[in-house]
Amino acid sequence: MREEWKGFVPGHYEEEIDVRDFIQKNYTPYDGDESFLEGPTQATDRLWGHLQELQKEERAKGGVLDMEEHVVSSINAYGPAYLSPEGAGDEKVVGLQTDKPLKRAFMPYGGIKMAEESLTTYGYTPDPELHKIFNDYHKTHNQGVFDVYTPEMRKARHSHIITGLPDTYGRGRIVGDYRRVALYGIDYLIEKKKEDFANTGDGTMTDDVIRQREEISDQVKSLLAMKKLAESYGFDISKPAKNAREAFQWLYFGYLAAIKTQNGAAMSVGRISTFLDIYIERDLKNGTLTEKEAQELVDHLVMKFRMVKFARIPSYNQLFSGDPVWATLELAGMGMDGRSMVTKNDFRFLHTLENMGPSPEPNLTVLYSPRLGINFKRYASRISIETSSIQYENDEVMRPVWKDDYSICCCVSATETGKEMQFFGARANLAKCLLYAINGGKDEMLKTQVGPELAPITSEYLDYDEVVHKFDLMMDWLAKLYVNVLNAIHYMHDKYYYEAAEMALIDTDVRRTFATGIAGFSHVVDSLSAIKYAKVKAIRDEDGIVTDFEIEGDFPRYGNDDERADSIAVDLLKTFMKKIRKHHTYRNSEATTSILTITSNVVYGKATGALPDGRKAKEPFAPGANPAYGAEKNGLLASLNSVAKLPYEYALDGISNTQTINPGALGHDVNERVTNLVNVLDGYFTNGGHHLNVNVFGREKLIDCMEHPEKPEYANFTIRVSGYAVKFIDLTREQQLDVISRTCHSEL
Amino acid sequence: MIQGKIQSIETFGSVDGPGVRFVLFLSTCPFRCLYCHNPETWTDKDSTLMDVDAVFRKAMRYRSYWGKDGGITVSGGEPLNQIDFLIELFERFHEAGVSTCIDTSLAPFTKEGEWFAKFEKLMSLTDILLVDIKEIDAKKHVLLTGKTNRMVLEGLEYLSAIHKKVWIRHVLVPGYTDFDEDLIRLRAFIDTLDNVERVEVLPYHDLAKPKYEKLGIDYVLKDVLPPSKERIDNARRILKAF
Repeated sequence: MREEWKGFVPGHYEEEIDVRDFIQKNYTPYDGDESFLEGPTQATDRLWGHLQELQKEERAKGGVLDMEEHVVSSINAYGPAYLSPEGAGDEKVVGLQTDKPLKRAFMPYGGIKMAEESLTTYGYTPDPELHKIFNDYHKTHNQGVFDVYTPEMRKARHSHIITGLPDTYGRGRIVGDYRRVALYGIDYLIEKKKEDFANTGDGTMTDDVIRQREEISDQVKSLLAMKKLAESYGFDISKPAKNAREAFQWLYFGYLAAIKTQNGAAMSVGRISTFLDIYIERDLKNGTLTEKEAQELVDHLVMKFRMVKFARIPSYNQLFSGDPVWATLELAGMGMDGRSMVTKNDFRFLHTLENMGPSPEPNLTVLYSPRLGINFKRYASRISIETSSIQYENDEVMRPVWKDDYSICCCVSATETGKEMQFFGARANLAKCLLYAINGGKDEMLKTQVGPELAPITSEYLDYDEVVHKFDLMMDWLAKLYVNVLNAIHYMHDKYYYEAAEMALIDTDVRRTFATGIAGFSHVVDSLSAIKYAKVKAIRDEDGIVTDFEIEGDFPRYGNDDERADSIAVDLLKTFMKKIRKHHTYRNSEATTSILTITSNVVYGKATGALPDGRKAKEPFAPGANPAYGAEKNGLLASLNSVAKLPYEYALDGISNTQTINPGALGHDVNERVTNLVNVLDGYFTNGGHHLNVNVFGREKLIDCMEHPEKPEYANFTIRVSGYAVKFIDLTREQQLDVISRTCHSEL
Repeated sequence: MIQGKIQSIETFGSVDGPGVRFVLFLSTCPFRCLYCHNPETWTDKDSTLMDVDAVFRKAMRYRSYWGKDGGITVSGGEPLNQIDFLIELFERFHEAGVSTCIDTSLAPFTKEGEWFAKFEKLMSLTDILLVDIKEIDAKKHVLLTGKTNRMVLEGLEYLSAIHKKVWIRHVLVPGYTDFDEDLIRLRAFIDTLDNVERVEVLPYHDLAKPKYEKLGIDYVLKDVLPPSKERIDNARRILKAF
């Protein structure tokens, strides 16, 4: 056994890269309570205090503290830099994205236009030399995509029937297995990639073989660059980490290489908690680390995840509001052998929200199972109630599909760590698709032909069978177009903006998923229910385009555990997924879908006309798989039961649900609230729900925060929105109002 | 099978008895409390008829959320106005091992005749009651609810005699139910009972005002403000409330 592994239980991980095997052989489950946890050290307080000052300054400057104008970001574009002005001293985990904390790098490979626009937006000046290089000498991803789009694709993009596409920004959602750097060291990883290279192809140079050989070469270069990066900070990561501090640092260098080279929408950290606990346990046993020092390592690593920044453009900020990076980090979960994977470290990561207050990043995600130990469930619930900074995802539905070492690569999308990558595909607007079905492919807002010229519906009152038939045909068109748009995007992303650093930490023989998504879900369900159970009259404008609806009578709505509406929801999901599956996907990836909108429910809604469910034109959609605002008439649990009916196996990319509970409606005191929240989570996940964002606060707090953002208590006031967390004061006013309007499980 | 007149359903009740509870609001009430926040339950005009089977099936869809303490709470309106339905309903839940709770003002309580026999039966199927004492002073009680509080207090004494677990609730309305001398008397009465597990003070709020406007009912308390924090703390101290 290698010297660095002394004290670990041996296993298959010694023969080959197999981090899961290492974890399963070595982790120490913990079923005690939180009483062992330690507060912040003085160093932590100093660093966090300094970072908060910088964050304040950043906000005062309009959301951006500093930007790079002249240096193109790469793994070694900068020398070493530190959070503290005094240098390395206090920092137990070091490494910054650029030469200054919170300064945003210049990342042109996704698209030079956007990189420059982000500079000018915040008052910085693009460098003419770089402009020339990336326009005249080197092409970027965005240009590649627009070079191949068909006129139909451009129109569909313009009308927002498909939108939020990663053709103007990095696709993200690839989780490198950063633990590999700590467990194996870079040299072994290079050796393994070189073996793969030697075994790629038999000398016949087909497209696939050429591409794969080039990709492995780029991966090896990235690994060498990571070594150099570590060297610049005074560390040699060519060999495995010898102790906990090195393990934290090695792992972070891997992640740092990723965020220096990619500005993907989601740059998840992955499932690192249980892994790192093994190193801490060994050091604690050897007497070389104290609990206080262990917590300090976790606090400092988390502080780094709180500092990740990318330069963005206004249209991006509208889609994904509040400057999120989805540094998603998973806790808990159950092993396939039935043991809980909760370790002391899972408590420590939650405890960062106490030691350093609430924060949107890292996007802490509890892989929940009703079988987890009660002490951990209660602690997580209490931290949820106090900080509204945690999301929960159902390990019981994911483990059968992704086994027990998956990460969440964005909000709700599982991916087997180190074995898989994802082609992220934003979402298709099914609500608009329904309107196209009614209007024969004419866009209700632009009044132009966007979809195929199928016969429109001409009757005054909508007939359910006729609408369903035409909607089915229109979804056929949309699914095909959507998949092909994504095929073009991911071809170009691989070509011009390949994620070499992340892919270097993933198996060469990688499985790929092709993640489509749905927007407007609940509105389509309610619209179809209205047409079926009430009478819906179409109101047409002078050109005969249906622009509004009148509903006569009552109808069942999704969100009340009412089978009449919920069965429409299940059918809609299955139908759409089956249509997506029909088409060829880039690199033969496996098609999946999500019901997840992030904050883009506002943007999608704005581009969509009135719907037969009574939603007015331009009003925001409900986020994710949430029922429409005001549709829920039987309380929270009925709403949860409706969402839980959606079959996860048809939405393997995730089903997002965001709920806000008033503290007074959760129980009389903290103890009751914790117990009741655990009961809600146990119930929802037993019933098959996939994801739950839990917010605990009242409307009054949101309104006061919107009116008085300067109050110190609101500086870090964090809320969960669809799939991630944001500081409420960082949302646009429009989005703040949207959040307030759907904070409904609160009255009486 | 008897049909219940159901006003509405709340699937997530977390302050209506122990744990997470499925709350069924039944229609009609003999009281006309000035602060009532469910005035739509006074009559059965907008109620829906449901039989025991239907309610049972609906409620059991939430069993996975109830943990070890939760269950079903029947509120209203005044649930005891539909005592026959309640007995049949609780027989079903009791048999299924589900915790049963009644949220009542005990307004229909009497120790006489057939009704009392039914109540005894019902109590054998009930795990806990949330009992509102609107006001201990009989005259003020009439002013507030339109009826005397004699049966309320008698009912509580009976529940104490059979050792049935209760939570006492008192809505604090400035100028109506927040006088120190009455609060002290109320606590003295509670001290005579041996079955009180918890006392709760619920501060009056005016969130129901729009409902009154919609129903065309005059809202007598329109000039009454919610109680101050000091008065709430004072009432909690005197009543030794939770």
